[in-house]
Amino acid sequence: MNATASTALFLLACVLLAPLIAAVILGFIGDRPGARLFNVAASTVTAGAALLLAAHIIKHGPVLALSEAFHLDALSALVLAITTFVTLTTSLHSVDYMHTECARGRFSRAQQRIYHAMFQFIAFALGLALSANNMGILWVAMEGATLATVLIVSLDRSRPALQAAWKFFVLCGVGILQALFGTVLLYMAAERVIGADEGALLWTHLAAIRTRLDPQIITLAFALLFVGYGTKMGLVPFHGWLPDAHAEGPTPVTAVLSGLLLGVALHAILRCKILADGALQTPVAGQLMIGFGLLSVLLAALLLARQQDLRKLLAWSSVEHMGILAIAFGLGGAAATLAGLMHLLGHALVKSGLYFSAAQAVQWSGTGQISGIRGLLGARPTLAWSLLLGTIAILGLPPFSLFPSEFMTISILLQRMPWAAAALLVALVIAFASITLQVRNMTLGEAQVEAAASPGPGHHRVGPLKRIDAIVGAAPALVHLAIALLLGLALPAWAENWLRQAVAVVAG
Amino acid sequence: MLHGLAGQALAFVAALALAPLLSGWVAQCRAWLQNRTAPPLWQPWLVLHKRLLRETVVAENASPLFRSVPALVFACMAIVCTIIPTLSTDLPLAVVADAVVLVGLLALARVLLSLAAMDVGTAFGTLGARRDMMVGFLAEPVLLMVLFTAALGARSTSLASIVDVLAHRELAIMPSLAFAGVAFTMVSLAENGRIPVDNPTTHLELTMIHEALTLEYSGQHLALIEWAATLKLFAYSCIGIALFCPWGLAADDTPLALLLAVPALVAKLAIGGMLLAIAETVSAKMRIFRVPEYLGIAFVLAVIGMLIHILLGA
Amino acid sequence: MNALALQFIDLLAAVSLLLAFALLIQRRFSAMIDFYATQSLVLVITTSLAGWMTGQRHLYLSAALTFVLKVVLIPVLMHTLLRRLHLDSTVDTVVKLPTTLLMGLLLVIFAFGVARPIAQLSTALASGTLGIALAGVLIGFLMMITRSRAIPQVLAFLAMENGVFLAATGVTHGMPMVVELGIAVDVLIGILILGVFLSHLHSAAPSPGATAREGDGA
Repeated sequence: MNATASTALFLLACVLLAPLIAAVILGFIGDRPGARLFNVAASTVTAGAALLLAAHIIKHGPVLALSEAFHLDALSALVLAITTFVTLTTSLHSVDYMHTECARGRFSRAQQRIYHAMFQFIAFALGLALSANNMGILWVAMEGATLATVLIVSLDRSRPALQAAWKFFVLCGVGILQALFGTVLLYMAAERVIGADEGALLWTHLAAIRTRLDPQIITLAFALLFVGYGTKMGLVPFHGWLPDAHAEGPTPVTAVLSGLLLGVALHAILRCKILADGALQTPVAGQLMIGFGLLSVLLAALLLARQQDLRKLLAWSSVEHMGILAIAFGLGGAAATLAGLMHLLGHALVKSGLYFSAAQAVQWSGTGQISGIRGLLGARPTLAWSLLLGTIAILGLPPFSLFPSEFMTISILLQRMPWAAAALLVALVIAFASITLQVRNMTLGEAQVEAAASPGPGHHRVGPLKRIDAIVGAAPALVHLAIALLLGLALPAWAENWLRQAVAVVAG
Repeated sequence: MLHGLAGQALAFVAALALAPLLSGWVAQCRAWLQNRTAPPLWQPWLVLHKRLLRETVVAENASPLFRSVPALVFACMAIVCTIIPTLSTDLPLAVVADAVVLVGLLALARVLLSLAAMDVGTAFGTLGARRDMMVGFLAEPVLLMVLFTAALGARSTSLASIVDVLAHRELAIMPSLAFAGVAFTMVSLAENGRIPVDNPTTHLELTMIHEALTLEYSGQHLALIEWAATLKLFAYSCIGIALFCPWGLAADDTPLALLLAVPALVAKLAIGGMLLAIAETVSAKMRIFRVPEYLGIAFVLAVIGMLIHILLGA
Repeated sequence: MNALALQFIDLLAAVSLLLAFALLIQRRFSAMIDFYATQSLVLVITTSLAGWMTGQRHLYLSAALTFVLKVVLIPVLMHTLLRRLHLDSTVDTVVKLPTTLLMGLLLVIFAFGVARPIAQLSTALASGTLGIALAGVLIGFLMMITRSRAIPQVLAFLAMENGVFLAATGVTHGMPMVVELGIAVDVLIGILILGVFLSHLHSAAPSPGATAREGDGA
């Protein structure tokens, strides 16, 4: 084994083992005061290793480790980097969040242990889902992430939380079983070409023989895999779990869900689409994605205005963006894929940033209802600004990076399917109006007397300390927004190179 | 041809003679299973004998239809019994009547009985007729589906050739027939007024289905109708045996082979009757509005059997 | 002999479909659990038979795993849960039973139609199992929709999983062992979580799953 390979192996081990070990340790000590910082430390190790690994992959090409069990190329490295990075910032945000919530006595000690252990376990499962070469292991990792999420969503044991978690469990369980069926069919198709051995489910092998896979089997397999991982991604009509789970879970986890789980599910769909495109030689897979994507955007746009819960509003916005992503990747080709990847990055950053802000707004006002949050700008200016800027970014306004990606998607769609582009534009305008209206009501206007009069235990500090506190609390969101801004203004050369390599993986 | 006719005649006689005995056998087994003193095997014959000697009383407002129905129903059932391959598959009469005719004859008998029940204008007769038609209209498609599933394999709707093919193929497991068998058992129970759909020994008018139809009959009329009912049970048993256990039929038309087929048939009927008695003992009668569900399940099973036949080719 | 064994696998697959229908229409929880256990047992026999026919050792392992997990452990756990929570009441079905049956029938037709061209391509054991397995999965899906209580929904989930495994056994020679182990662990953890869940839901209010669907249109 040469030096580059062993470096890659070491980094990969860090990415996977750090969160796993941390999860075990936090399972025992997760209720100690230091646990929150330990959580951050573990996430830092993971994120650092993931970024180094990504740099390694850009420089030396794809990594294939441990007798082909793990495979990372530019695409998965991109998703892995953003995943671990957002996990890191989420763990930072989580310090503040848990401090406030525990001070209010919302979580018992056992619940704190579960929370921290599952937080790291989700990071592990997502890392495994991204780095596994075996499509079966990919499935197992996705299911593991689901189960861990179920535990976290139901953390406070309130009735709505349990119901949301139950819905999540049942719907995602059904979805993921379809994906398992698809995986079985994939294995069947591969078996006909390379025979029954352990290698028949390895993605690298599948990709190598993808043009020889049987089209009929692959059509059915892709349909099932798309439904399965599409459920995880929250595409309409498999989206039923998403708004509830996002509204009920502890907000840091919601951020992880929205920014990352959806992205990792998309990554799984992309892997399957690469195989399907190779086997079918027709754009059926892409059309399927565009169809469901369009449906998601339309429904989300119509329902956004009706949302009364801030986190549900953001969740529906996630559905909308997943739809845009599905359209972008469904269109295929280098330009649309580039737009999709950019959008994936931008959405993961901005949406999790928004959730951080939303969490603080909810903690400040003591209610998740949009109507209960008023006059944020006067009472908590830093928070209000991060919420406003995040909204501007998520709406796809310049100069944030979601603007170029959405713009590219729409213009390509306009060339290929003008009618679909028209529908998409109308939906985006409706979504724009709804979100703007809702957020304007929250930030502007008179500050609430009650909310200001009865601040939570986290807000007892006064004077300059209070301001520093506010800035530190808003820091993760602001950092995310800053990165999205930079990406929107100009792509650095290395990032462009990275994106091009990732595009090459998807678009061939 | 002559042998064929002889075989046909033998089958006909066997049916008329064995049918009441089969009912007696089922009653006997039930009594044993319920720790009661069993009536003799020939009890139905004794009852028939008694009824035939009695005077026949008919309601004043009864139409000629009411008087002719017992004979017509009996004739239908007798014909049904002759076109089912009970002893041999070489049946001259079976050429003109295939599986669809068989179902049609059963339906004809049912319609006649229902009309007669409503003829006199009593409340229970009409109630029974309504219930019986409900069971019938749900059960007939099931029976047709079961027969079609078997017919798909033989590529013929003639019962004789279906059974011929089934009896002479090599040993193979046919999942479609397993489904059809379950569906057929369920529909047989319903059609013959057995538990769980109906109780043949009930005296409670409100729960009656089949008995309510015959409340107005007496004497020879009643004897004919009861005989026809035993023939119906016999016919269903024989269809079941022919489709799902066709071994032991006479291989050729020699008189010896035909005579040897009789004990085989009796043995199979005895086993079948025993199973029926066990099934009736362990299950409870269901409420009347559950019957559509019950027959719906049977229908779904029959259709799945057919689909599986198409999917698996077996 | 081999042909007969193949037909036997087809028969077992058909029986498993029959049991899926039985689960779909059964009203009592404890009977449903028993049906599920029986269906799993059918799967165990199918897998062992497939292992014996193809000589693939790992299929025996898979069968043993299925037996321990799905024939013994999960049914026992669920029965315990039923007893502890006094849940064994009649199921409140959302859709009328005959309608459910008819929909199930349509799903079977659909599944067979989809699977037929593919089944002919299969080089593995019993080609017919794919259609039956797909039908089983779809019926589980239907059950998920038509039942509103928690236990039937979980059983539907598990029945779907059985369907997928039937496909894995009949159409390919079973999945690689690593994958099967992972799936088994996931299922077990899922069931354990469910147990915790049900206890909590039940202690919160009398009808657990009945409200699990509310707000679907939101």
